[in-house]
Amino acid sequence: MDLDALTGCLASSACLVTQTTSGFIIGMLLFLVAVGLTLIFGVLKVVNFSHGAFYMFGAYFAMSAYQLTGSFALAMLCGAAGTALLGLIFERVFMSRVYGADVLMQLLVCYAFVLIFDDVVRMIWGPEFKSMGMPAAFQVAPLFIAGGVVPPYYLLLIGVALAAAVILGLGLARTRIGKVIRAAAHNPGMVSALGINTGVIYGGVFALGGMLAGLAGALAAPVRSLTPGMGFSILIESFIVTVIGGMGSILGALIGAILIGMIRSFGSLGFPLFTEGLMYLFMVIVLVSRPTGLFGKEVA
Amino acid sequence: MTELQAEQGTPALDVPRTEAKPRRNRDALIALAVFIVLALLPMVFSSKLLLDFVIRCAAYGLFATSLNLLVGYTGLISFGHGMFFGLGAYGFGLMMQKTGVPIPVAFVATLAITFVIALVIGAICVRLKEIYFAFVTLAFQMLIHSTILSWVSLTGGDQGLRGGIPRPPFWGIDLSNHLHLYVASCALLVTGLFLMHQIAQSPFGYTLRMIRDNATRASFIGIDVWRAKLTIFVLAALFASTGGIIMALFVSGAYPEFAYWTISGEGIFINMLGGVTTFLGPMVGTVLLLILNDTVTRWTDYHGIVLGIVILFFAIGLRKGLMDFAVEWYARRRDGSGT
Repeated sequence: MDLDALTGCLASSACLVTQTTSGFIIGMLLFLVAVGLTLIFGVLKVVNFSHGAFYMFGAYFAMSAYQLTGSFALAMLCGAAGTALLGLIFERVFMSRVYGADVLMQLLVCYAFVLIFDDVVRMIWGPEFKSMGMPAAFQVAPLFIAGGVVPPYYLLLIGVALAAAVILGLGLARTRIGKVIRAAAHNPGMVSALGINTGVIYGGVFALGGMLAGLAGALAAPVRSLTPGMGFSILIESFIVTVIGGMGSILGALIGAILIGMIRSFGSLGFPLFTEGLMYLFMVIVLVSRPTGLFGKEVA
Repeated sequence: MTELQAEQGTPALDVPRTEAKPRRNRDALIALAVFIVLALLPMVFSSKLLLDFVIRCAAYGLFATSLNLLVGYTGLISFGHGMFFGLGAYGFGLMMQKTGVPIPVAFVATLAITFVIALVIGAICVRLKEIYFAFVTLAFQMLIHSTILSWVSLTGGDQGLRGGIPRPPFWGIDLSNHLHLYVASCALLVTGLFLMHQIAQSPFGYTLRMIRDNATRASFIGIDVWRAKLTIFVLAALFASTGGIIMALFVSGAYPEFAYWTISGEGIFINMLGGVTTFLGPMVGTVLLLILNDTVTRWTDYHGIVLGIVILFFAIGLRKGLMDFAVEWYARRRDGSGT
């Protein structure tokens, strides 16, 4: 425990800016992964335990595309589109077979794919740590805000994630497709009776969730190291986020992600070894006081 | 596929027995016979590998079977049951390293610590339902795991409890002797299974099944559901802790992985592999998983793929564990030919 470092940081504006930015980075990446998780749970009622793998694939796809083409935009596109396709195939071929079965069977199918996907990545890209490297366009001098150092890439990352949040929120609230998705989440039988193919919606939502996780992975690729199994820690953290925010709530995922990002960022100063413990402690406190999360609705 | 689902829940084995006393005596005799066979095994096969295998089966088997008391019998899907496995290993290891008390004392004291911690955590967890219960148990597990990692002065952090666990002889038993450790593990396994079977067959065990099938109805007829769930949570924790103690004795140490959530995941997987509606399903699953792990790692570096495909076969193909599948297949065959 190192409370002096924490209070020292809180007193210095430079440190405050740096830590808050890094908290936002963690939070925004977490949000993109968690929002897919929460969307899939809200519509399909499936806890997608293999969701972290999409984050991992997004990062690896982006790295390969960047190495092949040298284009950052193309790398992001490949990360997002590739995982969307993967999500669609995964849902149609495997997950759709265990709808209505025991929750444990769904978890088991996902668990099987966590194992399989990790090994597939090891086969294709090798077991060692990889790095995509920062694209040339962002290798510029960092900004100084109130004495704190903020790399421009961080601002782009936060901007893209926030844009995705706004588009997703508005899309679900305002568009026709969004309404159908919400209706399917609420009453799939009725939606199906109205002549809408729920299989298409389920596949689409899974693809969308996979795409968001893949985008997060692609965005993280320049600033994090890539390794098989990297999906796992982000999966656990995004579970915490969705549970804190309330399963199925997009706003909850956003708030939960920022909270966890800040806990990680500032916690690493004050409690270097117990940072993860702080997150779990926070989750326990939230769940005990509000069992369905901060923004969750009581499900009958 | 749909007809298989409809049959889930209460197969023929779940019929309550009225003649409890003779059954208990019969179970005790069976347990004794199994123990004698296991204990005599080294006289026939003296391979150290086999004895090691049985000791590991004892550790994981106790853990998995106790998890099934929650998952299969009560419908409580715990993702954090492994914390008690880890607690047993660390509690026992620390006690032996730091205090120098005799092994039986350390054993009982570890169970006592597990009891208190399980009571506190259980009292918080069992209020929550389904997926929230799963998550809050997972959170507690990771909280304990983080504590083990960060409390370096006590637990050795990510290096684990090293330097070996002292195993002074007691009552003429010397657990540093491989054969003695083997027989002791078998004794703990058989006793644990016998006790858990008695719990499962008792009226309390049937209360648990009722809570699993219809908790609302159970509370309407005057059952204190929270209390029953808490009781089985704590009991299951004690048996899981015993599994952890065997593991600590076996590897002569304790490592953070023993308390990591993957242990819980493996426990659930073992249960699904072996089956959750028969008492011995988890034992079958344990043996299967250990054999699978041992053989697959010998043949390929990519054992995740192989294991994953096997899991898919069970989850999508059979849709249930091996013992569940076998029991139903047998029941259907018997009914078919009986007419």
